[in-house]
Amino acid sequence: MNRKDKIVIKDMDLYYGDFHALKNINMKIKEKYITAIIGPSGCGKSTLLKSLNRMNDLIEGLRIEGNILLDGKDIYGEDFDVNLLRKRVGMVFQRPNPFPISIYDNIAYGPRVHGIRDKKRLDEIVERSLRLAAIWDEVKDNLKKNALRISGGQQQRICIARALAVEPEVLLMDEPTSALDPISTAKIEELIEELKRDYTIVIVTHNMQQAARVSDYTAFMLKGDLVEYDKTEDIFSVPKDKRTEDYITGRFG
Amino acid sequence: MRSGFDRELDLLNDMLIEMGNLIESSINAAVSALKEQNVELAKRVIEADNEIDDMEKEIEERCLKLLLRQQPVAKDLRFISSALKMITDMERIGDQAADISEITIMMAGEPYIKDIVHIPQMAEITIKMVKYSIDSFVKRDIDLVKKVIHMDDQVDDLFDIIKNELVDIVRENIEHKEQVVDLLMIAKYFERIGDHAQNIAEWVYYAITGEHYVY
Repeated sequence: MNRKDKIVIKDMDLYYGDFHALKNINMKIKEKYITAIIGPSGCGKSTLLKSLNRMNDLIEGLRIEGNILLDGKDIYGEDFDVNLLRKRVGMVFQRPNPFPISIYDNIAYGPRVHGIRDKKRLDEIVERSLRLAAIWDEVKDNLKKNALRISGGQQQRICIARALAVEPEVLLMDEPTSALDPISTAKIEELIEELKRDYTIVIVTHNMQQAARVSDYTAFMLKGDLVEYDKTEDIFSVPKDKRTEDYITGRFG
Repeated sequence: MRSGFDRELDLLNDMLIEMGNLIESSINAAVSALKEQNVELAKRVIEADNEIDDMEKEIEERCLKLLLRQQPVAKDLRFISSALKMITDMERIGDQAADISEITIMMAGEPYIKDIVHIPQMAEITIKMVKYSIDSFVKRDIDLVKKVIHMDDQVDDLFDIIKNELVDIVRENIEHKEQVVDLLMIAKYFERIGDHAQNIAEWVYYAITGEHYVY
């Protein structure tokens, strides 16, 4: 199947002051695929992920060269609206971080910010998002409950629902299951697979098995370099670069 | 939970059934071609072997993909690794049906020196063994596994009977020696098919119990 490139990263370099954190990254992320980014701590995978919706912008001394194109438009271009970018490219973090307000208000937060006030419309969005995040049945009778008072696995699905509520096109996930137990992890993984029908997903994970389970494409990064980027099955069965092989077989360093 | 993985496992099941059906009809056709001295049918059996070989590769690929992507453990791991071993035996059965058909084609010009009663009997049992062994996998049926393993004794007995009959024929009339050798080879192929079916059953035993079958 020939899919369009949703995000194209071209000759990208990123510096934190003097530190060269990402080195000449070139990568095309396909639409409605799950792309995993793996690599040891400090390899730049989270930095790369955060660059995709400009979450790094506020870091002091940050400098980016090259381009990141979303549907062909440079997201670091002067005329690109950052708020709109974050609506189109949503993010889920490592630790579930619901707001300390009700489940309902967590989900309705984004749509309200974007100007939706109609109660019926908000109700619809909340239900749809919670259903998409496979948690509707668990919370539908407790929508007024504080979102901090549910389990970690549920909180993470609330965060996914919150990201989905503004109808993004791309979902960035930064180790979304590393703080969860195996059962919650399996639920989130299954959810991710469901979501790729409608969304382009980029997931950073420490867990190589997770990358193998859920992703269509895998990128392996090391010390700021994108060492290898290919179909997940190829990366895990016949990696081309010895460094990739060493890392995924646990013979690293 | 892991419904995607379960769907993949169901699909693997279906593919094994399909491959099982292919080899079953291959042996059936090989027997008919042998009995009727039907060269066309024998040729078709030989051609069908490619299809079986392709199926083996397809299932193998799927198993490796599942091992890679799903990192199965416990019964899932046993199920998939058993499937990987089973298809080797299934593929060999397909080869042997083709081998029988090759001999059938060579012998097609000459009338049979004896009524080939016992060979179809062997065939009948081995076809059942193949069918039951795959069924036992699909249904996770230990009783069916044991049945297959016991049936192999009948096949071995029939092979001995055929061998002795053929030795007697050669003793009486040395002229028939070529056909005797051909028929002996055919009987041996059926005996091997029985062994492969038994291997399949033993793998099913392992998949279900986690232990190797002990006689």
